[in-house]
Amino acid sequence: MAADLYAKIRANPKFNEFVGTRNRYAIIMTILGALAYYGFILLVAYDKSFLAQKIGEGYTMSLGIPIGVGVIVFTIILTWIYVRRANSEFDDTSADIIKEAQK
Amino acid sequence: MNNVQRIVVAVAAFAVAGVVYAAGPDAGQTTKQATNWTAITMFAIFVGITLWITKWAASRTKTAADFYTAGGGITGFQNGLAIAGDYMSAASFLGISALVFGTGFDGLIFSIGWLVGWPVLTFLLAERLRNLGKFTFADVASYRFAQTPTRTFAAISTLVVVAFYMIAQMVGAGQLIKVLFGLDYLYAEILVGIIMLMYVLFGGMTATTWVQIIKACMLLAGATFMALAVLFQFGFSPEALFTKAVELHPKHDAIMGPGALIKDPISAISVGMALMFGTAGLPHILMRFFTVPNAKEARKSVAWATTWIGYFYILTFIIGFGATVLLITNEGTFFAKPLAECTSGPLQNCLRGGGNMPAVLLAEAVGGEVFYGFIAAVAFATILAVVAGLTLSGASAVSHDLYASVWRHGNVDSATELRWSKGATVVLGIVAITLGIAFEKQNVAYMVMLAFTVACSGNFPVLAMSVLWKGCTTRGAVLGGYVGLIMATVLTIGSDSVWVAVMGNPKGSAWFPYSSAALFSMTAAFVTIWLVSKLDNSEQARKERALYPDQQTRSETGVGAATASAH
Repeated sequence: MAADLYAKIRANPKFNEFVGTRNRYAIIMTILGALAYYGFILLVAYDKSFLAQKIGEGYTMSLGIPIGVGVIVFTIILTWIYVRRANSEFDDTSADIIKEAQK
Repeated sequence: MNNVQRIVVAVAAFAVAGVVYAAGPDAGQTTKQATNWTAITMFAIFVGITLWITKWAASRTKTAADFYTAGGGITGFQNGLAIAGDYMSAASFLGISALVFGTGFDGLIFSIGWLVGWPVLTFLLAERLRNLGKFTFADVASYRFAQTPTRTFAAISTLVVVAFYMIAQMVGAGQLIKVLFGLDYLYAEILVGIIMLMYVLFGGMTATTWVQIIKACMLLAGATFMALAVLFQFGFSPEALFTKAVELHPKHDAIMGPGALIKDPISAISVGMALMFGTAGLPHILMRFFTVPNAKEARKSVAWATTWIGYFYILTFIIGFGATVLLITNEGTFFAKPLAECTSGPLQNCLRGGGNMPAVLLAEAVGGEVFYGFIAAVAFATILAVVAGLTLSGASAVSHDLYASVWRHGNVDSATELRWSKGATVVLGIVAITLGIAFEKQNVAYMVMLAFTVACSGNFPVLAMSVLWKGCTTRGAVLGGYVGLIMATVLTIGSDSVWVAVMGNPKGSAWFPYSSAALFSMTAAFVTIWLVSKLDNSEQARKERALYPDQQTRSETGVGAATASAH
């Protein structure tokens, strides 16, 4: 029974479009997350002095601190952006496709 | 039920008696501190509350599904806290704040690495795991594959990861308890083992999850209070805090920039990969995706987990700098030897009680004896909860993957499987205590990293390829998984942290030159899976590829996914 339903779902062109859209989105988000992290790590490996410079004249805080905390905050925000879209738009589309297949 | 209650009460009484007995005078150990009754009382309250929850959870743990996944009835928010709890181990709380205390900015670099695996897990695996799996990640990996080889691999890999992670936790527990509570190492091991066993054995996943949630809340509340107390002293200006820290710290302005943490770019990338993809291969984290009712809640759990963990790392950064200022200002109270004599080795090693102490001593500095007791109790509760999660995931691998699926081919009723999981829990509890005692004098600093390396080289490639790639076959997945597992272990043994630091070979003789094997072992695993699957022309392989479309449809839509049990 489940196999029938799966075949019906796949026969719907909307399904392939939906899977394609969501996977592309997931991969773009993964790449963004990886870029932020590896960008930071490579900066640490290759240009330590850039991160150690002060945020401004007369300050103690280095540029690395807001950048580092920024990577943490960026990671959290990125995750929420994906989850919000997946839990509303993607889940709705998916529910529609399942409903159509069950008709 | 009555029997369970009686046993819980009896063991609780025994555990308390153990504490009282162990509190007797015992001189000789230099690092052991005076018995700390505040900390012990706080910890006893925590144990009391969690055992009461265990009693409640025991009445709801009737089937194997209840035991493994709390019947699938945990909400996304609750599960997010529990996952965060699993991840915020004592090592990350005490270790990262100590690293910030000793080196400043390097501590931030280190903590960021531990966070970046979460988006990967969210975007690529979270909902697919929920849609395909039931109890263990092997359910997902073996979905369309031959059960026996795939599950055997998954179980071995799970047990290896659990063992390394567990040794690090158990040894940490023993060392901490000497310093924090003034109790013996041996008692600490037995205490952790017995209380943890009660949670898992009687309360299954329900109790393990709630213990983890309570502990996560305590840890987040305690850390928030400390960070606020520190910032309050500087008028909530981080700049003022950093200025004072730079003035007082022996390394002065060097703590504001990257130091010696990252040796070379290859090591940096390799460590980054272990942390990033290892998170998505840790069995005790993966099993938490099956405790929520659907994919929506699974996604919410990781988003909440990422939020709490990220927030927590920002707190540890403030705590580390706060410790720099407040502990050095009151040098006489908090340092074991004068700062001026502390020239060799990390700064934190000169503290009263040793290198893990900055966060705990800061608690004393900002909140006195009572808050010190609270944070000490939280640190110990953390280890307890993490060990419980590890034991449960190891027990699931034995009873669900090895016994029910491989040995009995799935022909086993829920009651028998539940008996086996409880049996496996007891055995693992004893193994945990034994390993903890056996490794007392060993350097176990590398073990958590090794667990991550194995997870990212064994579990993660198998899981990712079986779910995301149509062409993957049993032969490819299993062979690739073993290649990753073995390479990760062998190369780690050849690296500085084991070859020199543990095995005592001369400095510079380590034959694997990088800090982490992940870059090589994970790549090897993926290449092996790809190559062997490509060359696999067997009848079995053809069938497995033909099953992929249905697997993919289920993983993408959740149609046919395991549902929450009815209660």
